[in-house]
Amino acid sequence: MTAAIVGPGNIGTDLLAKLKRSRRIEVAYVVGVVESDGLARARAEGVAASAEGVDWLLQQDPLPQLVFESTSAKAHIANAPRYAEAGIQAIDLTPAHLGPMVCPPVNGAAHLGSPNVSMITCGGQATIPIVAAVSRVVDVPYAEIVASVASRGAGPGTRANIDEFTQTTAKAVEEVGGARRGKAVIILNPVEPPMIMRDTVFCAIPADADRTAITASVHEMIAAVQEYVPGYALRAEPQFDDPQPGWDGNARVAVFLEVKGNGDYLPPYAGNLDIMTAAAARIGELIATAKLEVRA
Amino acid sequence: MTARETNRPPLAHEVRIIDTTLRDGSHAMSHRFTETQVRDTVRALDSAGLEWIEVSHGDGVGGSSFNYGFSGTDEMTLIAAAREEARQARIAVLLVPGIGTVDDLKKAHDAGAEMVRVATHCTEADVSPQHFGAARDLGMETAGFLMMAHRTPAENLAKQARIMVDAGCQAVYVTDSAGALLMHEATERFQALVAEVGEDAWVGYHGHQNLSLGVANSVLAYENGVRYIDGSLCALGAGSGNSPTEVLAAVFDRLGIHTGLDAGALLDAAEEVVRPYLTRWPKMDRNAIVQGWAGVYSSFLLHAERAGERYKVPAHEILRRCGELGYVGGQEDMIIDVAIQLAAEREQGS
Repeated sequence: MTAAIVGPGNIGTDLLAKLKRSRRIEVAYVVGVVESDGLARARAEGVAASAEGVDWLLQQDPLPQLVFESTSAKAHIANAPRYAEAGIQAIDLTPAHLGPMVCPPVNGAAHLGSPNVSMITCGGQATIPIVAAVSRVVDVPYAEIVASVASRGAGPGTRANIDEFTQTTAKAVEEVGGARRGKAVIILNPVEPPMIMRDTVFCAIPADADRTAITASVHEMIAAVQEYVPGYALRAEPQFDDPQPGWDGNARVAVFLEVKGNGDYLPPYAGNLDIMTAAAARIGELIATAKLEVRA
Repeated sequence: MTARETNRPPLAHEVRIIDTTLRDGSHAMSHRFTETQVRDTVRALDSAGLEWIEVSHGDGVGGSSFNYGFSGTDEMTLIAAAREEARQARIAVLLVPGIGTVDDLKKAHDAGAEMVRVATHCTEADVSPQHFGAARDLGMETAGFLMMAHRTPAENLAKQARIMVDAGCQAVYVTDSAGALLMHEATERFQALVAEVGEDAWVGYHGHQNLSLGVANSVLAYENGVRYIDGSLCALGAGSGNSPTEVLAAVFDRLGIHTGLDAGALLDAAEEVVRPYLTRWPKMDRNAIVQGWAGVYSSFLLHAERAGERYKVPAHEILRRCGELGYVGGQEDMIIDVAIQLAAEREQGS
């Protein structure tokens, strides 16, 4: 399946490195709006690259079947209708979330035919699998995630609109993770050397929940995420706490995660960016596989 | 009128003391202030002459959570109650971007808040413009907190202050969240901020008593041009608490610096209104001193005590490790992680 990457920044360049290893996706085009290192890098890899934007992309023959967009929410909102009109499926790595939100091991197969899918946020990709691992075992009235990101791994887009991160992630904790109510927090830490991405997932669970089953489900989910993010790991076994005042009679499970990136283009501490590109590549693979199966 | 003049609110007195008993104190109260406590405290502060009273969850609007502690009473209810009680004082709230959002700010504004103090880690001011913009659109006064101000040199702190001021912040604080700034370190930061933004905005100081320097640094602050200074009745705040408002009033009175505060009324308020409801009186015990010494976010204190109990490791060791690892405000979840690691190390060692 032929694909294009729109937005040749850090994310786009890392994504290109990951998709180069794919047997089902061939990146034919990389597009930006100004000449950049990212475009030069793509050309060095033998990929047709242009600074003429989506106008250029839509003049190509053949058109790509799939586009990965790693620009900004604003740019994606402008570009999405044009992809749809040209019959190109879009995997959206920006926080625009126009299409259904997807997380590979949770609902990766659910929206393969959708013209547009949203990759949520980096913190969402890191934590929603765990919320889902708990909510497939017991009712989760409330889930809360805390993402700690190295300051150097948080780009100007995230910084200018940090509310978009917390609100989109919280929504996905509910809609994809399966919690009845969700909350998300992001913390930027400038410590040197940069801290590897850390995420904590707190889920309210019934006081009499089957804790062994929850732990087993979390371990299974970790293994599923490790298939595409090898550096995704538990810091400790899931921690259970009995009901406390203010918890509405619920007990709590806390899961502590570390997300070390693959170091393809981005440094390993930037696990937040790595899990985003890895998840997007994974969804691309699933779409491509589904297409091949339909044809066969 | 120039933009410069509009950005700096006129001061009624020589220094503007802002009381944060009902916000920073929320940490020491495990975020369980009752509406009655808030009403009584606001009435006392208002009649003692405070112009601004900060009310919200300790971690700011939207802070109610597993990670920081759930509010015993919805903070919007507390803000509205405070607004109702205040005759001349106005209500401020804290907002930490990444925890609270513009939606939370709008709710607080609807409940009666007229100032927001937007708090970021001292090197991350560029997450705040969205919230300053929203606050100015709502017609609110603004202040900015550069938290953990000991973690970056004075010159860089001033650059971060500039980002906030350019985004619409009217007063930038040297926020000594860890109570770690020694007097010369505080002074160089006050001077750097006044030099960088002093023409366009006020400079503030928010102290903690972990090394017992909150009041002394407040005096240095004033001498170096700082005009917003924070205090809490009975020092009620995170760590070993904030510079006590009643002490600030007494000290500035002795210095002949006009604050507009009635020191006697504040002593009564501390003694008769706040002390009776204290579940703990913040003090310089081992854990809190370690916070100032190792540069640890003061709000970590109660969380470290709880984790210490849960995992059978000393809280001061947890706090010290948090300092070594460079954790910042908001990373309360890491306290549990550190406690688990320390417990594992102890097991291996034994």
